[in-house]
Amino acid sequence: MKRIWAWGALIFGLLYFFLPLIGMTNFSLKMRRGEYSFDAYARVLADPKFQETFGFSVMMALFTILFGILLIVPTAYWVRLKMPGLRPYIEFVTLLPLVIPAIVIVFGYIRLYNTSSWLPLTGTTTGTNILLMFGYATLALPYMYRAVDTGLRTIDVTTLTEAAQSLGAGWITILSRIILPNVLVAVLSGAFLTFAIVIGEFTMAALLNRPAFGPYMQLLGANRAYEPAALAVIAFGITWACMGLIQLVTRFSKHTRAQR
Amino acid sequence: MQSDKTSIPAATVPVPSRRRFPVQWLGVLPFAVFVTLFLIMPTMKIVLGAFQTPDGTLTLDNIRGLFTPSIMAAYWISIKISLASAILGCIIGFGVSSAVVLGGLPQWIRGPLLTFSGVASNFAGVPLAFAFLATLGPVGLLTVFLKTQLGLDLRLLGFNLLSFWGLTLTYLFFQIPLMVLIITPALDGLKREWREAAEILGATGPQYWRMVAFPILFPSLLGTLALLFANAFGAVATAIALTGSSLNIVPILLFAQIRGDVLGDPHLGYALAFGMIVITGIANAIYIWLRARSERWLK
Repeated sequence: MKRIWAWGALIFGLLYFFLPLIGMTNFSLKMRRGEYSFDAYARVLADPKFQETFGFSVMMALFTILFGILLIVPTAYWVRLKMPGLRPYIEFVTLLPLVIPAIVIVFGYIRLYNTSSWLPLTGTTTGTNILLMFGYATLALPYMYRAVDTGLRTIDVTTLTEAAQSLGAGWITILSRIILPNVLVAVLSGAFLTFAIVIGEFTMAALLNRPAFGPYMQLLGANRAYEPAALAVIAFGITWACMGLIQLVTRFSKHTRAQR
Repeated sequence: MQSDKTSIPAATVPVPSRRRFPVQWLGVLPFAVFVTLFLIMPTMKIVLGAFQTPDGTLTLDNIRGLFTPSIMAAYWISIKISLASAILGCIIGFGVSSAVVLGGLPQWIRGPLLTFSGVASNFAGVPLAFAFLATLGPVGLLTVFLKTQLGLDLRLLGFNLLSFWGLTLTYLFFQIPLMVLIITPALDGLKREWREAAEILGATGPQYWRMVAFPILFPSLLGTLALLFANAFGAVATAIALTGSSLNIVPILLFAQIRGDVLGDPHLGYALAFGMIVITGIANAIYIWLRARSERWLK
């Protein structure tokens, strides 16, 4: 009896989740009347705007990840090593982007960094791109910090640092050759999650008027019928790939650790 | 030498000597600068702007301006959608999670379910709206199937994807998996001994749930509810891609206001954003508080 209920609940959940996925896949294949075809995909992939915006978002994601690693790994390391008393406060701050909606943060950016302010980032294209990257880094902050901090918890930061220092290593060497390789799996999980967040992000890019993938998808959705479904399938594929890679690197790390 | 001096944890030295103090703080300086410039200051700008007139004097007029029927209606429908999707997300997510953890389903389902939940909870925004349009839209897969195979016309039944229930149904796609991700560890934390102890004392299944399991899970459940609420309340992209601007909810209104000052008063825009922070802030404060309470039991 209990098992029947359990199967029922599971099947209901699965139906709810697979119907939209089947729906969008099915719809994306129906561009040619009367038969299934990949026309919608071909159309989307050949669209120069698609290539442009997708390329832009990939670049933004890579820069965000790079910036996030450079900012968060040293900070989380330093806090663990020297200022453990600060941890609760830092953790609280990193959770703030979950509390403050992205639309509010970007609203603040527009007002704070407009052309007549002390730091006129929105005045130039490069400046706006940098601002958007900072915005993405803010959105990714909760996930990135948590991933890195969890990674640092599994290694003995103090001993590693002292060992490296006694062999004459400076801070940069310690961070890049001791700490980073040891938390690489955690950093990679954070990086893939950041990638998944940035690639389809809509609000910030739209309000800062940057040609990113999210606003492009929205624009296409308002004007076309079949292409949006194809885009949704592609976007789902990317999300799935990112999560799959997280699983993969985590499993890989467990494997190497067990061998030791 | 250097490490000897500095490796003493700061927590054990309540009054660190003045000379070492600033050097240590330099390590968190980049982070502090970044967070101040791109998280705290923008937010403060909005919060302060909500209490200022265009020429900078303090006022409560902007906040008062929120209490007009159209803006209140926007807040109300936003709150209703967030609440409905959070409550349903909690119930369904709990059902799915407890089916897998406690319902005696094969163990191998667990891993794929959690992975899938991770994917689905991150599959939000514009593509999610497309997926639902392709399924439940006017010519969507399910709509057409129900109409041609079962003779059920969803539109005649009063269902419209671009409505309160349509949006709620769409939000559930990321709400349920999030609930599964958060509540599964909590359900794992229910010790078998508690159930056995209750049974030995003569408790029935429902009694065990009502008097043991539920009170233990209650903070987690309520806390997750608050998190899901905030999650739905701040969602912009899905709503815009799904409904355009036909549904008058706060994020869409704020989006339009930032784009083109539709309210005709920039500082009313600040107040609108401030209201969003207050609501998600309250929801998250409840979540954090209850989370701390529930973790006592899960150790």
